Amino acid sequence: MSWHNTPIALMAKALAAKQVSSTELTQYFLDRIEAGKHWNAYLDVSAHLSLEQANKADQLISSGKARKLTGIPVAHKDVFVTRGWKSTAASKILAEYQSPFDATVVANLGIPSKENPSGAGMVCLGKTNMDEFAMGSSNENSAFGPVLNPWNAAHVAGGSSGGSAAAVAAGLAPIATGTDTGGSIRQPAAFCGLTGIKPTYGRVSRHGMIAYASSLDQAGPMGKTAEDCALLLSAMSSHDPRDSTSLADSGEDYGRYLNQAWQEGNSTANKPLAGLRVGLPKEFFAEGLSADVAKSVNEAAKTLENLGAKLVEVTLPKTKLSIPVYYVLAPAEASSNLSRFDGVRYGHRASEYKDLGDMYQKSRTEGFGAEVRRRILIGTYVLCHGYYDAYYLQAQKIRRIIAADFQAAFKDCDVILGPVAPDVAWRLGEKSKDPVQMYLEDIYTLSTNLAGLPAMSTPCGFNGNNLPIGMQLIGNYFSEARLLQVAHQYQQATDWHLRQASEVA
Amino acid sequence: MNLDDVQRIAHLSRLELNQAEAEAVLPQLQAIFSLVEEMQAVDTSGLEPLAHPILFLRDLAQPLRADQVTESDHRAENMQSAPAQQDGYFLVPKVIE
Repeated sequence: MSWHNTPIALMAKALAAKQVSSTELTQYFLDRIEAGKHWNAYLDVSAHLSLEQANKADQLISSGKARKLTGIPVAHKDVFVTRGWKSTAASKILAEYQSPFDATVVANLGIPSKENPSGAGMVCLGKTNMDEFAMGSSNENSAFGPVLNPWNAAHVAGGSSGGSAAAVAAGLAPIATGTDTGGSIRQPAAFCGLTGIKPTYGRVSRHGMIAYASSLDQAGPMGKTAEDCALLLSAMSSHDPRDSTSLADSGEDYGRYLNQAWQEGNSTANKPLAGLRVGLPKEFFAEGLSADVAKSVNEAAKTLENLGAKLVEVTLPKTKLSIPVYYVLAPAEASSNLSRFDGVRYGHRASEYKDLGDMYQKSRTEGFGAEVRRRILIGTYVLCHGYYDAYYLQAQKIRRIIAADFQAAFKDCDVILGPVAPDVAWRLGEKSKDPVQMYLEDIYTLSTNLAGLPAMSTPCGFNGNNLPIGMQLIGNYFSEARLLQVAHQYQQATDWHLRQASEVA
Repeated sequence: MNLDDVQRIAHLSRLELNQAEAEAVLPQLQAIFSLVEEMQAVDTSGLEPLAHPILFLRDLAQPLRADQVTESDHRAENMQSAPAQQDGYFLVPKVIE
């Protein structure tokens, strides 16, 4: 049985029917991880810890205490702190860090315990590679080397959740967690031919998620299908008293609409999306979008139309400005969040220094990589007296316009459709010399983080070099279940999400 | 932005840059800030800054909890990643002579 091609929705059925045990599944993926080390998708794997969890999951199953996802293996982005495994955020400054606690996401998905009786019972396979502190769009900013794209090893896997994306695409995990501050779930999902969703800000607890930009960071699932993402998101999200921005009203079943028509009574079997209005922002199809991506996303729009949806043009006039706004606000928040790394309580400490100040300075300089240092410098600058109003406050004011523009667009449509990124996965090294060129690649994903909206990525084609193309669906606040419904209906009519990279046997 | 600015913000950030590193990072920061300058053309008069997406939806009421001890003693686990420690305390270079 090739379990790495099996959606977790089917894996759950096989576990419940005792066709396979969690221990067998876990060993299967541990073997594939061992054989697939060249992708550099994982930063820490500990077979005995995973198998220990699998054994507990099997006990839960045999004693009738299993939940929906009990026994299914999952890989965690190394931004989530975990007991047992190292938690590094792909930074040298945390290279040996052992967390004393589990992130809420890890606990929610993990084996139930006294502290966390409601754990889903999933098995942790290990920690996946990422851009250092989630700062990057290609996974080339990892202190532990780039992740290779399973569709073509000469290309990047995307970032910052590149390890999670490559792990699922290469069959080294059936599903994975990711985080998205400016596109870090959606873009690597698109680059690796996966489905991923960033929910509404506040749906998933940030407790134990190593902070980059706190008003933008949000966690979500990355998997093979919309249905799998709905299953994992339902288990990930919860109200968490340890996160002051956690929403009170989460905890819903995000898969409840998957197999329903968009409007009961208004749709037929072959027009399940009748009544759905899909907005196409003209700014998302303007100059800068590659012809291959434009063609695939336009074809996807036609597919949705064939399923009964109505296409409407909408406008998001400040799309281009989302880049400078993001690259002021995110570094500002990062410079503050990363001030905690001082070599005193945890993390790297320089071996030689003159005094306390020198120790801070040398530890931080040695511990942080080039992009992280750059963003700390930008953030410090824009928060300086004299520049604060012109940069930081101006960016926050435009952030309000961007959020309001989305509300205007949602008067005319139910979901927004566009590309995830201007082009497919680029070659390793192609954009790493020029930070601005890399930032421009984030143009279609940043604005939803600024507004706090849910958005997802689902495969919609390939370019001439057989590299995956993703389309983005953006919904209004709290509409995750509806986005997943549209993606699921699209996936019933297409097979892009089922394609496998030829190098992944 | 000039080299003095770079060294000033590096110091505020508690990062060390030698002359060559400062010279290398300056044009990168200048390129980023020329992108950032595009924001200045937007008329934002009368607009309140949006610090947080939740504020766009509703007032963010600070959740309060009962003032009770909920944590047990995790001192040993919390100290396990300390770069230097003594007698259960974090060890730093002498601050006061």
